[in-house]
Amino acid sequence: MATVLEQMARENMRYDIPEFRPGDTVSVHLRIIEGAKERIQIFKGVVIAQRRGMMGASFTVRKMSHGVGVEKSFPFHSPKIDKIEVDNQGRVRRSKLYYLRELRGKAARIKDRNI
Amino acid sequence: MPKTIGLLGKKLGMTRVYDEEGQAVPVTALETGPCTVLQIKTVERDGYNAIQLGFAAKKASRSIKPEIGHTKASGQQGGFYHIREFRVDDPGRYEVGQAININDIFKVGDLVDIKGTSKGKGFQGVMKRHGFKGGPGGHGSMFHRAPGSIGCSAWPSRVIKGNKMPGHMGSAVVTKKNLIVIDIRNEDNVMVVKGSVPGAKQGLLQIFTK
Repeated sequence: MATVLEQMARENMRYDIPEFRPGDTVSVHLRIIEGAKERIQIFKGVVIAQRRGMMGASFTVRKMSHGVGVEKSFPFHSPKIDKIEVDNQGRVRRSKLYYLRELRGKAARIKDRNI
Repeated sequence: MPKTIGLLGKKLGMTRVYDEEGQAVPVTALETGPCTVLQIKTVERDGYNAIQLGFAAKKASRSIKPEIGHTKASGQQGGFYHIREFRVDDPGRYEVGQAININDIFKVGDLVDIKGTSKGKGFQGVMKRHGFKGGPGGHGSMFHRAPGSIGCSAWPSRVIKGNKMPGHMGSAVVTKKNLIVIDIRNEDNVMVVKGSVPGAKQGLLQIFTK
């Protein structure tokens, strides 16, 4: 009877999110509610990990903010995500890019996949 | 024993849904009913008021004769895999053979109590079973996961009854109270409640109204 769970997941899943892989640079447009007002905040960085699955799928984005590394994990199907833009497709040889945490500046660059 | 009507169900598994604010809510899907009333017990005849419900009908070829005889009055061909009693105040409202569905007694937003048998953990030590802290892992410590002292020597010179000790953990009847019904899917006979429920997937559950 796992089918009911699958069906529930299908109803709640989002199909408008573009495809991206670890190594890609994405802009995550987040809906932030402050009191009665809603605004959009953009979190732009490199996807360093992806967890596959149905409702439990998530991905982690890392960026450098004023010289400090910041990572954020997002549930893939969260309604708090307004949209995701894929800015750059990177070529990497791992599915989890945790090694980027040790690297800074030029060493932390990722090659473009499409050249 | 709670004097409320309920239904028998089966745990399907957990997933998550999002509420209006976009917060993820962990939920458990339960296959709930339909249950058939097999017997009505009254104070006059049985000493207490209750209805007996059957869940998950068996084929007649898989049922034994006493089961078939017991369910005959309800119009069933065979027996049931699960039969439980629910105490009720007014057994006159029910009749033998009546089918009870989710939407007859539950609606979205209700609080329910769910009773089931928890997953067996086997023989466990005091850290897992009772949440003892244990000792330091290293630095010459020779006290890691042991329970420590279990009593005094000269007096009372025995172990106090009920002292927390290693032993069998899990496989116990557990009732989780006040779970919110998030969704009811009548076409699948599925109820979705917030949070976890006792036991493994496919485990039998009793779902009580409040």
